[in-house]
Amino acid sequence: MVYLTRRYYFSAAHRLHTEALSPEENRRVYGKCNNPHGHGHNYVLDVTVAGRVDPATGMVCDLGFLDRLVRREILDRFDETHLNLDTESFRDRVPTSENLCMEIHRLLQPHLDGAGPGAEVRLERIGLQETTSNSIEYFGGRENNGPLRKVK
Amino acid sequence: MIYVTRRAEFSASHYYHNPAFSAEENRRIFGKCSNPHGHGHNYTLEVTVAGEVDPTTGMVMDLKELKLLLEKEVLEAMDHRFLNKEVPVFATTIPTTENLAIEIWKLLAPKLACGKLHRIRLYETPDLFVDYFGE
Repeated sequence: MVYLTRRYYFSAAHRLHTEALSPEENRRVYGKCNNPHGHGHNYVLDVTVAGRVDPATGMVCDLGFLDRLVRREILDRFDETHLNLDTESFRDRVPTSENLCMEIHRLLQPHLDGAGPGAEVRLERIGLQETTSNSIEYFGGRENNGPLRKVK
Repeated sequence: MIYVTRRAEFSASHYYHNPAFSAEENRRIFGKCSNPHGHGHNYTLEVTVAGEVDPTTGMVMDLKELKLLLEKEVLEAMDHRFLNKEVPVFATTIPTTENLAIEIWKLLAPKLACGKLHRIRLYETPDLFVDYFGE
């Protein structure tokens, strides 16, 4: 099994705030991140796929395919947006890096488990760096031995 | 168990081509990477060795030995080389980053005097890397 990681970049604004808490509680829980006008980050996204090397191509996954997928599903959706105001994903959910990381996994997984020309792969991991001192990893809530599925 | 990682860098050129594919298929599948004159990368290699700390030395292994092993087995073979033409295994195996990581594992795993090879991580660019754990 070989694990291939590709890195992408996007920038977005967000505000950490939930209607479930009072203004004072929001302020206490989220601190500066609760500023009503929001603030932004340059996110660094690592997408790791696991698979076997296709003997004909020497590749685990066609990088052009992966780039187009991440562009379409993630970057076009989130880059240069206000996550709370401009995206369906965070209309009713707090756009913490945890939730963003899990949402990116949810959006990519159906296209990556078994997808990709000529290869059997699965989505292994999403890594999301909010700042250089703050990052999240999500493995899809399962052990790292999920099945490989054949290309469609 | 503790994990020690040593980093090394090398520069090499390669191109992707499978003689079983037509010229058009090679172009379609491998894109710019199929340019027959090759192109180059600065690779960053991270070799991780797992082991127990020797109570007398406080070390998993002598890191100088690991450095010398990397230089001898990997850098001498691959640094400043055209991988397809100058590294025999890549005459018949496409020198993708995936295959490079696997070949580097095969070169190093039998030669480690102590500890156990845990992971080969190979960066082709800062935005693209491959991990191989030996199976």
